[in-house]
Amino acid sequence: MRKIAFFIALTIVACWFAADRARAAELRIPQNATAGQPLSIGTSGSGEGTLYLIGPGEVIKQKIQLGQNIEIKPEQLRHAGRWVAVVRGGSNPQSQAFWVNPGPAENLSFLARPSRVPVAKQGVISGVAFVFDKNQNLVLQPTPVNFSLTVGGSGASQSATSSNGVAWVRSSSANKAGAAQFVASVGGNSVRRVVQQVASDPCNLRMHVAQRKQDQVVLETDPIRDCTGNPVPDGTIVTFIETDKTGRSVVDARIKKGIARAELPASDNANVTIAAGVVLGNELHLGGGK
Amino acid sequence: MGRILPIIFAVITLGLIAVGTVHKSNNAAASSPEGAVQAMLTNIQGHDWKDAYSYVAPSSNIDQGTFIRDIAGRDGSLRTYSSLESFNTRPLNEGENQATVRTEMKYSTAVGAFYDTRDLKVVKDSGQWKVVWNAEKAPTVPPQVIPVNYLRWDIIWRGNSDDWGAQNVENPHVRILSMNPVQQPSGLSIMGEVVNEDTVPAFVSVGAALVGKNGQDMAQESSFDKTSHVLLPKEISPYRIDFPGVKISDVKSARMKPDAMLVPASADPVIGVLHQRIEKDAKGRTVLKGELLNESGQTVNIPHVLATFYDNTGKVIWVSDGYGDHALLPQTPQPFAVDLRDDLADKVHSYRVTVNQYSLNRQE
Repeated sequence: MRKIAFFIALTIVACWFAADRARAAELRIPQNATAGQPLSIGTSGSGEGTLYLIGPGEVIKQKIQLGQNIEIKPEQLRHAGRWVAVVRGGSNPQSQAFWVNPGPAENLSFLARPSRVPVAKQGVISGVAFVFDKNQNLVLQPTPVNFSLTVGGSGASQSATSSNGVAWVRSSSANKAGAAQFVASVGGNSVRRVVQQVASDPCNLRMHVAQRKQDQVVLETDPIRDCTGNPVPDGTIVTFIETDKTGRSVVDARIKKGIARAELPASDNANVTIAAGVVLGNELHLGGGK
Repeated sequence: MGRILPIIFAVITLGLIAVGTVHKSNNAAASSPEGAVQAMLTNIQGHDWKDAYSYVAPSSNIDQGTFIRDIAGRDGSLRTYSSLESFNTRPLNEGENQATVRTEMKYSTAVGAFYDTRDLKVVKDSGQWKVVWNAEKAPTVPPQVIPVNYLRWDIIWRGNSDDWGAQNVENPHVRILSMNPVQQPSGLSIMGEVVNEDTVPAFVSVGAALVGKNGQDMAQESSFDKTSHVLLPKEISPYRIDFPGVKISDVKSARMKPDAMLVPASADPVIGVLHQRIEKDAKGRTVLKGELLNESGQTVNIPHVLATFYDNTGKVIWVSDGYGDHALLPQTPQPFAVDLRDDLADKVHSYRVTVNQYSLNRQE
């Protein structure tokens, strides 16, 4: 009988030791871990062990004292996503998965398209912002992002809330040509892009005779502007076509300082037309005192 | 015996050197006017300028240097990159002391063959037939200052250090204005016009893919040199894409592919195309003639003329091109002519000529 009692007591002690060893590998990880912030992982048990933290693109190995809290430094926990903590101490390694959330929105990646756009076009400019925390984790929580598009001191701004880390707006180009500043901002940070708003097709293209020489006539346009009054950029081709009995003469002139100028053969009876791209201008008749 | 062999070898070596050094003189007196022309042109083919010049009549009043420049070209023109490939001669009339020989010369160049037809006057001088060579009068530009303040477009591309969201400079927007497939005896041609709608220069290439009746791609081609590749803002260029041996009846559709790239460019030079008219040339072919006037201050070495022909509905019915074998000197008119298919001459209602230019001393 005493033998039986001794055997039972031995079994209980063995079970207690086994349970104690098993308890030593237990992990207590808070479920609101945030990237870039300290994390405290509780352990139980006793003795020495090793902690492995396996995260997105990163593995941390650390000697630990079982039964004490393990402090993970902010710079060790930079990546948001699914992490796995593994503790090896004694015979039974224990593991537990947990999620690290991104930190507060602090950075932006901003895509503005296109980089060059004609003035006065509806909905041609798009801005897409990707919201990141300070460790470049995509912030999935809805976050308000401010967009502003200004050219020459005037413009408009609008706000969009990100969805799954992305916020976007669509905007029209202004009536005024110039380098528009397209800025997206979140928190205290902003990213600037430049959208060049350029003059549209010429409008009211008109020419006149600027000078008559013995064998040449110099034709010159009025200042060439688009339909919203912006000067058409220098270098734009303006075609002068003179037709008379000797044939047709064509000069593809370039706009310089806002006007285009061409020298054509003098004629006593010629028609001259002008065009820029697909836009036609006025027609002149040379000769006959006109 | 020991000395004989070296002496024999030395004699043989000297003999071979002498044979290799001595050229056969090719300036034998010509017995006929046609023979004189042929002898002169044969020497030109062999770049033997001295012997070729020996057939030039003193009455031509031309020195050897001018003669060479007249034939071999000057100012970096296309002629300077060419060589006389072949020639044909035909006497038109022949007297005792004077004759006329029609000479058709074919030059080979990197951009195809060039033909030059001249009626050469041949005279008897001291008992020998000599060719009167009328050299083209080299135009001279009076000393002057031509102020040039044309634009240049330079580009700063996106750098390695830019963040990934930073946009690159946008490629230019180009648009195909028209597209017209035309069946020719040699195959199918697709032609039309393309415009650079943007405010920056564009390097444009127009390609086309033909889709057969079975829905499979049949052929792919691009316009190569039947277009202007660098288009300044709002510039319109014709294009023609040839598909040799293809019948339009075998084609279900064509897929056009205009590609545009932003390139650094300069807005000069301006080349005026003056006095354009459609005429018949000496051989009875229909050609579009005119004059090119380089309004800038630098020489344009190789002009490339592109002519677009329209019917009475404004549709592009043909695109023709031709390279000028003379350089365009500043402010100096230079004649040009491009072919027009005779069968289209009656249908042409209007036309437009544009000029590409290739210059040695420009960087873009």
